[in-house]
Amino acid sequence: MTQYTTVFGSLTDFAKGGVQLVDDDPKYYAFSNIFEVASAAAPYEKVAVGKNLEYVLEAIRAEGTSAWRAAPHDEFALVMDGTVRFELLDPAAELVDPSSGGSITLEGEPEGSPMGTVTAQRGHMTMLPAGKAYRMHSDGVGVVLLQTIEGPDTVFRWADICQTF
Amino acid sequence: MTVTEAPANRLGYRQFGVGGFTFSRDEYFVTVEWPTGNHQMPVDHWLRCVQRDVAWGFFYGIVNFDSVIGTMNHYGTVDMFAGRFNEAYRRAEVDYNETFDHDELLGCFKAMLSDWTNEGYDPFAAPLETGSAFGPSSGSNDDAVTRRRVVADRMVGVPGDEPLRSDESGFPVNRAFADVDQDEPVIEAEPGYEGEVCSFNLFAYLSRSDVTWNPSVVSACKESLYCPTTEEFTLPVIHGNDRVEWFVQLSDEIQWDVEDRDTGAKRARVIMKAGDVAAMPADIRHTGYSPKRSMLLVWENGSPRIPEMIAKGEAPVHPVDF
Repeated sequence: MTQYTTVFGSLTDFAKGGVQLVDDDPKYYAFSNIFEVASAAAPYEKVAVGKNLEYVLEAIRAEGTSAWRAAPHDEFALVMDGTVRFELLDPAAELVDPSSGGSITLEGEPEGSPMGTVTAQRGHMTMLPAGKAYRMHSDGVGVVLLQTIEGPDTVFRWADICQTF
Repeated sequence: MTVTEAPANRLGYRQFGVGGFTFSRDEYFVTVEWPTGNHQMPVDHWLRCVQRDVAWGFFYGIVNFDSVIGTMNHYGTVDMFAGRFNEAYRRAEVDYNETFDHDELLGCFKAMLSDWTNEGYDPFAAPLETGSAFGPSSGSNDDAVTRRRVVADRMVGVPGDEPLRSDESGFPVNRAFADVDQDEPVIEAEPGYEGEVCSFNLFAYLSRSDVTWNPSVVSACKESLYCPTTEEFTLPVIHGNDRVEWFVQLSDEIQWDVEDRDTGAKRARVIMKAGDVAAMPADIRHTGYSPKRSMLLVWENGSPRIPEMIAKGEAPVHPVDF
C-alpha cells in the first residue's frame, strides 16, 4: 500500500506557491501565505489575509497573552501552528453593541463568570461564542486563522503581504 | 416544461430529456443533444460533474462540465447551456441556452444519477478508490449519490449541530491521511457552559472525509461560511465565478488553471501550498489538480444580498483594491 506524507505548514517550515501569469494581474488574486504574514506580525496583530464584503480572515501571531476581546457574533479560531490556549468568560454586562461587527479590545479584566478553557493545537478549531469575552495565550509562538468580521483592530496591508508581480 | 424519461436502451440505461435537451448514455459516453447541436463526454466525467451540481444545488455562478456544456445558477432558476461560454460556438451561432426552474433541472439530474450510476461506482470518490462507471447498466449506488451535504449552523461538534466523524459513524481515516494527528483539543468547561466551550480537530475531521471536491459548511460566522473539502485528482467541473471566492490551502498542494469566464482564454495558473491564501476573481473560471489528497478551505460569502448585487453589477470583481 502506498505510504503518503501529508504536508502542513508552520512558522519555521513553509513553502509558498504563487500566481503564474499568462495574461492577468497578480493583485486580482490577493495571494499571500498565513505563515509568512504571521512571521512579520506583532503578537496578536489581526492581519487580514482574506476579505469578502464585511467578512475577513485574519492571520494572528499568538505569542504571550492577548488582551481580552469580545464580538457580537460567533468567531472561529483555527490553530495553524503551535499550541494556543483560549480562555472564555461570560461577562456580567453586555460588552459589545449587538448590531456591530468584528471584535473589540476590552480594557483590563472584564467582570463575569469563567466559562472554561480550550487548549488547541494545529488543526483544532475553537468557537469564540457571540457576546462572550475571550483571550488567547501561547507559551511559544503560534498561528491562528480567525473567521470573523472586519473590526476596528483589523489590519489591512495588502501591498505588503500579497504577490504584486 | 417537464422532465421526460424514455424506456431503457439495449444497455439498460434510460434516456432523459428536459426542455430542448436530451441526454443518453452508452457504455463509455454520454450524448447531449439540443436543437442546434450535440456533444459527447466520457460518462465517468459526466457523472462526477452532475454529482457536484446536484450536491451543491448548482453552486454559485457557473458550473461548466467542460468547454461546452454547463449550468448557470440564478438562485431560483437555472440555465442549462451548450457553447454559451465557448467563443467558437458563439461565433458560429450554434450555442444554446434554456432556463429551467431549479427543482425541475435538479429532478432530471437526480433521476439521471440514480439510473446511470452503477453498483460500485461513486462519483464523489477519487478514481483510485472506486469502481468503474463504464459498461452496461449494473445495479445502482443510491447511497453514494444521495449523500447529505454537511451544513453546520454554528460549528461542527457544537451540541445539536453537525456531528464529528469517527470509525464508529462510518468515517475511517482516508488512506492518504493516515499520518494526520487524531488528537482532539483539551476542553475544560465550567459547569453549565459545556455547550458553549466547543472545539474540534478540523484536520482529523477532514482526514475522515469520504468524498472529494465537495465543500461542506463546518462553521458559519453569520453569512461567512467555512467550506473545507478534501481534494484528489481533478476538480471535475470548471467553476465559473459570479462572486469572489477565497481558498486557503490547509495541507499539501493544488494547482489551479484560471481562464476568462466568458471566453476560456487562459489567464493564470495558481500554485497553492500549505498556508497559502488566494482569491478567485468574479470574472474567471477555474479548475484544480491535486496529485495527493489535500485539504482545502473554500471560504464563501453566502449573503442573500449578493445575487442582487451581481444583477446590478455592484458585486466586486476583484477581492481587494490596493
